[in-house]
Amino acid sequence: MNAEHSELLKEFTAEEVATLDEIIARHKGTPGGLIPVLEEAQVALGYLPASVQKRVAKGLNLPVSRVYGVVTFYSFFTMTPRGRHTIRVCLGTACYVRGGKALAEAIKKEVGISEGETTEDRRFTFESVRCLGACGLGPVVVINDDVHGRMKPSKLTEVLDLYS
Amino acid sequence: MALVKLTIDDKQVVVEEGTTILEAAKTIGVKIPSLCACPEINHFPGACRVCMTEVSGQRSLIASCVFPVFEGMIVKTNTERVRMARKMVVELLLANHPAECNYCVRNGSCELQKVAEAVGLKRVRFDIPDFPEKDMIDHSSPSIVRDDRKCINCHRCITVCESVQTVSVLTPSFRGSKVRVVPSFDLPLIESNCIACGQCIMACPVGALYEKDEVEDVWKAIHDPTKHVVVQEAPAIRAALGEEFGLPAGTLVTGKMISALRQLGFDKVFDTNFSADLTIIEEGNELLKRVKEGGKLPMITSCSPGWIKFCEHFYPDLLDHLSTCKSPQQMFGALAKTYYAQTAGIDPKDIVSVSIMPCTAKKFESARPEMNSSGYRDVDIVLTTRELARMIKEAGIDFLNLPEGNYDAPMGEYTGAGTIFGATGGVMEAALRTVYAVVTGENLPSLDITPVRGLEGVKEATVKVGALGEVKVAVAHGLGNARKVMDQIREGKTDYAFIEIMCCPGGCVGGGGEPIPTDNEIRRLRAGALYMDDSQVQNKRQSHENPSITKLYDNFLKEPLGHKSHELLHTHYEQRGEDIPHRA
Ligand code: SF4
Ligand code: SF4
Ligand code: SF4
Ligand code: FES
Repeated sequence: MNAEHSELLKEFTAEEVATLDEIIARHKGTPGGLIPVLEEAQVALGYLPASVQKRVAKGLNLPVSRVYGVVTFYSFFTMTPRGRHTIRVCLGTACYVRGGKALAEAIKKEVGISEGETTEDRRFTFESVRCLGACGLGPVVVINDDVHGRMKPSKLTEVLDLYS
Repeated sequence: MALVKLTIDDKQVVVEEGTTILEAAKTIGVKIPSLCACPEINHFPGACRVCMTEVSGQRSLIASCVFPVFEGMIVKTNTERVRMARKMVVELLLANHPAECNYCVRNGSCELQKVAEAVGLKRVRFDIPDFPEKDMIDHSSPSIVRDDRKCINCHRCITVCESVQTVSVLTPSFRGSKVRVVPSFDLPLIESNCIACGQCIMACPVGALYEKDEVEDVWKAIHDPTKHVVVQEAPAIRAALGEEFGLPAGTLVTGKMISALRQLGFDKVFDTNFSADLTIIEEGNELLKRVKEGGKLPMITSCSPGWIKFCEHFYPDLLDHLSTCKSPQQMFGALAKTYYAQTAGIDPKDIVSVSIMPCTAKKFESARPEMNSSGYRDVDIVLTTRELARMIKEAGIDFLNLPEGNYDAPMGEYTGAGTIFGATGGVMEAALRTVYAVVTGENLPSLDITPVRGLEGVKEATVKVGALGEVKVAVAHGLGNARKVMDQIREGKTDYAFIEIMCCPGGCVGGGGEPIPTDNEIRRLRAGALYMDDSQVQNKRQSHENPSITKLYDNFLKEPLGHKSHELLHTHYEQRGEDIPHRA
């Protein structure tokens, strides 16, 4: 129990762990409780690393392999924390031919992570999307809810600086 | 149950309600190819679509392994459309599969190969991608190799690990084209709580799971003139090895096996059955001691290393119920480098001790750090039945025409009690024979204790043992069954004195290192061969009657549970717990 607990406390506060335990306790014993627990935990904690999955498995008396299988199956769940800001670069056909690919490469270099990853300081999560319906503005980068059209690699630093 | 009438390929068929099309077709001699389905473990994921048939009124083709029959159903199993579709399914599987049949461990026993033949596949029109071996083959376990490149996602391994063994190591992860079968968090097997039983290997239709092959290490030892290489074989080997050479399951091949081992170049051919007899003397006395001195009861057998690791992970609070006896393999190993070394005048450092086991967990057991009580590793190399068969084939030995060989002294002689260790219930039966004789000074009225035989998951028996009164015992095989018994112990609900637990369904004859295929019928036949060895081949049927064991105690060990025994033949266990390690 203790090793596991300290593993959790490395990533979450004591209150967050208590919330997780409360979620588990509420669904304990209900068949099919796993998915609701994971959904609530994802919302409460932001992500579901191994330590959380093990806690859930133990709490619901399920093999941890089952929990891991479900977490990886649904794209709603994530095992890594998300950044404060999400950068989405459009790689739909229109943006792609207008330099979206080069832009994606430039972002990678600028923030130092690959697609699907989050920076060490949890400032940015970087993703790509297929077509945002803003083809006229291509290439497009969306940061959180802000659409930045006609982006160029040279403008990147300036734009990213708006998000700390 | 209600009966259902239907038509398959223009023939009338009557079967019970709930029967699948595939099963119904079998009754009229129509074999529909199948791949992912595995009735033995009740696994019907309906995933591979190899078994498709045409059903009237259904627009798309129907997976016959999961689709139940209904009244008036008209099925066609052999139309142009069905044949094309089945070919396409297998073609697509092979288009994403390394073309390595010629040197694949499952060449000849692979169900994907068989199905490709069954559907009449003649070509694969797609380019087969390169598979990076480095990231796709997990060599971390001392027992089990997982080659993800060859996995066809049938999930049989997941079912056997979860439902039969209740270890639940493996899971499907991710989805769609990214789906992969992995241990939790994609950890290497060695970091999971895999107990190395190899039942996933037995279930896998292809070469995606197999034993860690150590044949080369044995060749090296044999060819090294400075090494004295001794070999022991578990009871279950002689009841199964013949299958690898085309003999029917249940053929006892003890003599040919001995000759083959000699011809391979082993310096001495000994027998694990000898140390099985020894185990009975030690374990029987341990049981009597616990009964007399109020020690922990029920006592549970400790021969099966997969079971031991399972207990260490899932029942760490009950480890003191385990007998402290090492398994016969490890007892043998410890004696090979002490007793035998002394008797033969050979420096133990020059002895290489090899064992042939029906078991992948034995590889793990032999590598446990505490298993070196002679100062050297008790057992250096463990080969499975399958690996031994490959060695014999590689050496060009004509197995079927070998003469009947005999064991070497001083560690080759055995009784019928030692040989039945290979079947579920055998250790219990052997122990009761000796315990009864030690307590009463007489033999059991009948040496056959039939209630502990057979494939029932949990078996019970009560035997009146002289002054001890009624002794209640239980036998479980397969870890799902073991769990039932262990949960009862945890809840304080049993009055058993002694329990035998074997990790694999059927006991060692169903071990993860035995020939493929293994099913319940084959398990029964192999066990039958051992009971035949016990009742008809061996003239002694009780461990304490083994003259080589008497000699071992007189000349070396002195007494059961004595000082030397404790040093060499007994061991201790580790509280592992369920938690698997965390890696960031
Ligand atoms: S798993 Fe079967 S099909 Fe695949 S390479 Fe091995 S033998 Fe061939
Ligand atoms: S060896 Fe046994 S415990 Fe390990 S994954 Fe295979 S079935 Fe599960
Ligand atoms: S490893 Fe074997 S048994 Fe498991 S899913 Fe893959 S092919 Fe099936
Ligand atoms: S055997 Fe029927 S779907 Fe695989």
